[in-house]
This record gives sequence, structure tokens and C-alpha cells, in this order.
Amino acid sequence: MGPFIEVVLGGLMAGVLYSLVALGFVLIYKASGVFNFSQGAMVLLAALAFARFSEVMPMPVAFLLAAVLMVALAFAVEWLVLRRLVNQEGIILFLATFGITYFIEGFGPQLFGDSIYRIDLGMPKEPKIILENMFEGGLLINLEDLIAAVIAGLLVAFLALFFQKTATGRALRAVADDHQAAQSVGIPLNHIWVIVWSVSGFVALVAGMIWGSKLGVQFSLVLIALKAIPVVILGGFTSIPGAIVGGLIIGVGEKIAEVYLGPIIGGGIENWFAYMLALAFLLIRPEGLFGERHIDRV
Amino acid sequence: MFYRENGQFKTSYQADQALLPIVQDRVFMVIVLLIAFVAIPLLADEYFFRAILIPFLILALAALGLNLLVGYCGQISLGTGGFMMVGAYAAYNLALRIPDLNMLVVFILAGLITTVVGMLFGIPSLRIKGLYLAVATLAAQFFLDWLFSRVKWFTHDSSSGSVSAPDLVVFGFNWNAPVEKYLFVLSTVVLFTLIARNLTRSSIGRSWMATRDMDVAAEIIGIRPVYAKLTAFAVSSFFIGVAGALWAFVHLGSWEPLAFDVNRSFSLLFMVIIGGLGSILGSFLGAAFIVILPLLLNQLPHWLGIPVSTATAAHFESMIFGALIIFFLIVEPHGLARLWAIAKEKLRLWPFPH
Amino acid sequence: MIATGPMQSHTPTNAPVERAARKTGEVILALENISLAFGGVQALSNISFDVREHEIRAIIGPNGAGKSSMLNVINGVYHPQQGTIYFKGEKRHRMVPHKVASQGVARTFQNIALFKGMSVLDNLMTGRTLMMKTGILQQAMYWGATQREEMAHRVRVEEIIEFLEIQSIRKTPVGRLPYGLQKRVELGRALAAEPTLLLLDEPMAGMNVEEKQDMCRFVLDVNEEFGTTIVLIEHDMGVVMDISDRVVVLDYGRKIGDGVPDEVRNNQAVIDAYLGVQH
Repeated sequence: MGPFIEVVLGGLMAGVLYSLVALGFVLIYKASGVFNFSQGAMVLLAALAFARFSEVMPMPVAFLLAAVLMVALAFAVEWLVLRRLVNQEGIILFLATFGITYFIEGFGPQLFGDSIYRIDLGMPKEPKIILENMFEGGLLINLEDLIAAVIAGLLVAFLALFFQKTATGRALRAVADDHQAAQSVGIPLNHIWVIVWSVSGFVALVAGMIWGSKLGVQFSLVLIALKAIPVVILGGFTSIPGAIVGGLIIGVGEKIAEVYLGPIIGGGIENWFAYMLALAFLLIRPEGLFGERHIDRV
Repeated sequence: MFYRENGQFKTSYQADQALLPIVQDRVFMVIVLLIAFVAIPLLADEYFFRAILIPFLILALAALGLNLLVGYCGQISLGTGGFMMVGAYAAYNLALRIPDLNMLVVFILAGLITTVVGMLFGIPSLRIKGLYLAVATLAAQFFLDWLFSRVKWFTHDSSSGSVSAPDLVVFGFNWNAPVEKYLFVLSTVVLFTLIARNLTRSSIGRSWMATRDMDVAAEIIGIRPVYAKLTAFAVSSFFIGVAGALWAFVHLGSWEPLAFDVNRSFSLLFMVIIGGLGSILGSFLGAAFIVILPLLLNQLPHWLGIPVSTATAAHFESMIFGALIIFFLIVEPHGLARLWAIAKEKLRLWPFPH
Repeated sequence: MIATGPMQSHTPTNAPVERAARKTGEVILALENISLAFGGVQALSNISFDVREHEIRAIIGPNGAGKSSMLNVINGVYHPQQGTIYFKGEKRHRMVPHKVASQGVARTFQNIALFKGMSVLDNLMTGRTLMMKTGILQQAMYWGATQREEMAHRVRVEEIIEFLEIQSIRKTPVGRLPYGLQKRVELGRALAAEPTLLLLDEPMAGMNVEEKQDMCRFVLDVNEEFGTTIVLIEHDMGVVMDISDRVVVLDYGRKIGDGVPDEVRNNQAVIDAYLGVQH
């Protein structure tokens, strides 16, 4: 029982980190109707920036600078890309984010370098053993992951509140529903997009810092971030709680599959399990656990 | 002045619906084919065949297959690399385990096997649309990546994980030299292009386009959506499977699953988008663009006399590529084929301004 | 609710109609107690009416009355929770749209549903899909069976193009055509299927007087020359009164009137709900 719970816990922790990245997806989709394929690349860029900045300046300053960079990115994306593609079909915008992805994947390493960089957040690295009286030998958990989970949780709660309770949040939801209608009631589309991409950039920064601290900042961060796509499929494109639940399910599911199925059919299941799970979900419930149904009118 | 249709009257519907109804187009095509089949074999050097023409042709074939699915039928697929992989490994296993099998049959069977796999993954498209289907095909890609790495049977228990294709022996003739490989691939691509054109101007092609444009209305006028989507997946997969087999056998020689990874899928999708969705010419233009661009970018610093490290070159290639994608989507979402069509329109009027 | 045109001013149609002389045959479509709901919304409640062969049956009523939903039920797009449909004398089980089409039912749409990526000719040719028999391998090779079939169907489609007077635009992508012509092309696509029953959803919406005259002429010609049964949703009362044989009136998903135009015109319930009073 003990080992199983450890696997589950490990999965939950990984899941929380997926959720963080997925959150960025959901924010942008909710507020602009764009499925931002470049979220993963944004995580990499933010992590690179923070890692390199913190080599030469104190961490809080590095954090601020990295955040400024992400805001600048948001401005650039809005001005160069989104503004030119207003009212195009969703698929065109989706493909445009591919372009942004390629660009960031070249720009980031070019600006900040190709090597693997360390982020030292001062988080405890050694695993701790807890609950020794309940389980034989106790449970091995990673304090670093736990702290990450708490941070992620706080961020999510804050964002959920923001969307539901504030006027800006309302405006963001209006824009996601219908660009033209939102414009016609006077919502400034451009400002909204900059805001939302900046917030997403900030979320990417937090995710990048945590992931980077755990694994080191390297290019493979992009692929991990791609895993967040199945997360939003599971949770629903427009749901913040969905991103959390989806991330946890994917995280746990992956770990269990790897640990228990892996020895039977070969390792490396983690590479595709999340996607297959998402696929299965799409066949049963296309809108995800918490998403909205899409109805075609004739 | 030269591109006028004046005086070209069609006296039968047959003539009107011919492949190339305008005489100037026919002349142009004849010239292109002459250059392709005669001039180039005589004039081009080995590098040109190996590095430019053969990859261009094979990728154009794959892009054509993908365009039938994405551009004509409106179904998105991010798993093209995976399906090419199926074609490649199918051909490999067939050639290896049934050595007396005619190479052409090997390729066709490889295509058919890919068709079956493609249709399997096409079944989700019957229930889910658009972006969701993109994810389903992405799942296919990652799953196939894993499958061909893990299941040793496919690679004949190769210890290194990579396999080598046998020589290309068709009709007793060993098509080994670059020019011979080029002609083999060229003939295949011309044949497949003809098939694609025939399909798109027939009832099935119209059913695909109707499903793409307005699937509910299409169903109401009698088009069966299941048939339309599955046939699109089937034909597309056949083309892509054969292209994968060609890529492995003719271009790469030896390969491992990495050669067909998700980057290949995206690359092909962009060929189709930049070239022009729903256009056969577009598939070729897009393939040419994406094959030539990295070569150009690699040579550019050299020509300009600026020393540039490979890492930097790779980064800039990525940045320029991303910027170009965005540029095309903004300026001409219908791709190079539309630009070509606009140029032809202007040519109709030339030398008059309007 | 007031109708979109007061009773006196008809839209003049050029074709004189001898209603008494028009032959109408047996019942070709019968709807019994059809009820349709979406979630909480009751779109149709207990609707029953029939359509006779060769007649022009109009469905009228205020916006939101459920007229388009009624057509969608006939097409098999929506499946009623209750009720039975009889087509050509036989009870019709739950059927998907393409199956309904194969029985000889064709349709035009309120908000034009043409295939924008294709030319006029290709759009019309899609109407012939059910009659095309060659398989995919034959089509890949084209020359031979497929080419003969394509030419044969092209001949028929050209007849429709001539009938609708759209020869000059046959190669134009439909997306580029003005609204009135698009509506005409959509009619052409429906006619290309050589249907027994033709459903027209506001075929004259958004048209000026001339265009309406043309469209009326086409509708009447189709009915008289080919004997096609026509069910027509229309708001222009002048058109309805002039060309229909019988009229069904819907309001909030219920039937409030059914009969020949004169009867319906004088039906108090219909006047209250839809036609309005002369001032």
C-alpha cells in the first residue's frame, strides 16, 4: 500500500505542475478564444530568463525582470500577431501560435544560451519521510513538490477569483465569447489581449521557475509543457478548476501506467499515455469534465 | 496578351472539364515535364538530386496526401510523421520477410497498411472536430513513436534501434544511382498527382469539399459524412504511407523512429498551409519552400561573409521560420497557390493594368 | 404580431395561377402529433398536417414559431421525441439526413448553406451525389466509367443552369456571388437531386421585387413542369397567397391554422397571432 500511495503522491505532484502550465492555456483560451500552442515555449523562455538573470542579480530582481520580459512578449504578440488576425477562424489563430512557438524556440536560446541552467530557489532538495507510524517505513515525499503544489494552488485560487469577481475578469470572458460583440460594447480588445497574455506569461514564469528548479532549465521543458494539452482536453478548455483536476488526473494516471504497466509492455509509456487518455476522453466527453458543450445550429 | 483564353471555345463538356483546359497551361505543363524528365537528368549534379530534388519530391507527395485530408476535406492531422513511419516500417518488414516480393508491390502494400492504420485513427474524426482531432492525431504520433521503438519485431531486433533498407531493385534493374532514384521517385509522384487530381474533380472530391465547407448541409443533400471522412483519411494515408516508404528506402537508406517524429508532422502541416490548403499545386510549392528554406538560411551567412555558429544558425532558422508562418497566415492564408493564382490573373490582363 | 407585408399589397407574380386547375394527388408526406424539444425549450407541440403530391404547401408564422425546426424534422436532422412521419405511404423510422435525401427529399436553407469553396457548377454537381455510382478506384483512374458518368450528369446539371439562367456564373466560386444569385444557386443544387419533395426555407428572404418575381416563377415552373411537391416557408404574404395551394400556420410551436389560403387569411386566430388587422 505504501509504495502505491507514493506513486500516487508523486503523480499528484507532477500533476500540479502540469496544471500550472495548463492554466496558462486556459487563461488565454478563455479570454481570447485562441488555443496557445506556444505556452510550452513561453515556459522555457521565462525559465531561461530567470535562470540567467539570477546569475548576475538577486533573485527578486531577476524575477521582476523576467516578468517584465513576459509582459514585453505579450505586447509584441498582440501588436504583431493578434491584431492582424482579428476575426479570423480559430484554426488560423491556432496555427499562428505555432509560428510564435518556433520563434520563441529560436529566440530564447539565442538570447540566453543553449546550455542547461540551474535555478536555485532555496527549496529543500532532500526527500522526507513522513507518516512512519501509519505505513511501514513511512512515505517518501518531496518537500519541493509539496511547496510547488501549495504555490500552484494559491495561484489558481487567485486567478479563479479574478475571473469571476472582477470587472476585468468579466471583460476577459466577454472577449472569449465573441470578439466583435465585446468590441461593440466598448471593450478594448487590444488591452485585454495584452493583459491576458501577460498574466499567462506570469503563470508561465512561475511554472518555469518551479519546473526549472526541479529539472534544470533545458529545451525539454517545452515537451513537458506540451503535456499540458491533454490536461486541458480533460479539464475543458475554458475551465480553471478543470485545468487543476485534469492535471492531477494526468499526473497520477501517467505515473501509475509507467510504474505498473511499464514492466509489462515496455517503458516510456509516459510519452504517450497522457495523449491516449485525452483521446479516450474526447470520444466519451469531447467538452472535457468542466467545459461547455458546443452546439451546431443549422 | 499571351495568357488569354480568347478563341479557345470548348465544344464538349469533356473538353471543358479536362485537366488543363487552357492551351497555355497545357504547353506549360509539357515544358515542366520535359524539364523534369529530360533536362534535369542530363544537367543536374549528384548533390542536387540527393539534397534537393529527391527530398522535395517525396515530401511533396506526403504534403499532397496531407492536403487531401486537411485542405480538401477539412480534417486536421498532426500525426503525419507517424503515418510515414508506418509506411517505412511496413515496407521494411515486407521487403525483409518476403524477399521475393516485387518492390512495387512492397510499396503499394506499405501504403495499404498505412491506409488501415490511418482509418483506425480516422474513426475519432467522426465524432470530434477541429482542434480536438488535432490532439487525437498527436496522440497517434506519440504512440507510434513509442511502438516502433519498443516493439522489437518491427526493427527485426536491431540492437541500435535503426534499420537499413535493401537496395531498390525493380524489374531486375537496380535503381541505385542518384539520377535513377530521382526518375523512380519522379514517376511515382507524377502518377500519384494524377490520381489526386482525378479524385478531386470527381464525386468523392466534391464530397470531401462539401464536408469541409458545411458538413450538416452536405449530409442533408445526401453525402454520407462517415464515407467522406474515412475515404479522405484512407486516401491521404495511402499517399503518406508510400511517401514514408520512399523516404526511408530512397532518401534515407537507414533510419530510426526519430526520423519521423512530431517535427516532421508539423513540417508537413506547414508545407500544406504555406503552399495552399486545398490546392495540389500548393502542396508542391509548400514542399519546395520548406526544403529550400533551411538550405538558403544555412548558406546565407556564408554568402554574406558573416561567420555564424551552427547553433546560432539553427536558432535563426527557427525564428525566421516562425516569423514566416505568421506572415503567411496574416498576408495570404490561402498560401502560395493563391499568390500564384493571383499572378496568373494579372498575366491574363498583361500588358494592360486592369 | 404583424406580418411583414399588409394584406393588400401583393408582390405581383407574373404567372397566373389557376388553383382549381392544378392537379394534386395523394398524400405524400404526413406528420402526426410531432413534438420536439431541446433541453427545456419546446420547439414543436403536437403538430399534425399532411402534404399532397404535386401541391405547393406553405408554412407561415412569426419568427421562432418552429418553421425551420419543422423542416429539420422532415430532413432527419432533428428527431422528434413524439409523433410519426409517413412518407410515400410508409411509416418512417428514425432516419439520418442522408438517408432522407436518398428517398427524394431536397432542401434549401434560410441562411444559405452553399459550399463556399466550390464553384456554382461544382455545387450543383454535389446535388447529384446520390446518383453517382462509380467507386473510388474508378474515380482515381477517371477516364472511362467515371468520365462518362460525370459528362452525363453535367448534361442534366446544365439543363438546370439554363432553367435558372445562371450560365454566365457557372465557374464562379459561390462565395463571390451576390446574395440573390446565391439563393438561386442553392435552389439549383436542390433541383439537381431531382427530388420528389422540395423543402424551401424562406427562398425569397432579402430579395427585391424583381428577384422575388424571378424566384416565384422558378418555383412555379418547377412545380408545373416537373410535378415536384413543394413545402415552402415564406414571410411575404402576397407570395404565399398567390402561389400556394394550402397553408399551415404555426405559432410558438403549435399549429393554429391549416387550409387553403382564403380560409387561413380569414382565420381569427391566425390574424391575431400573425397577420394583423388592416388599418
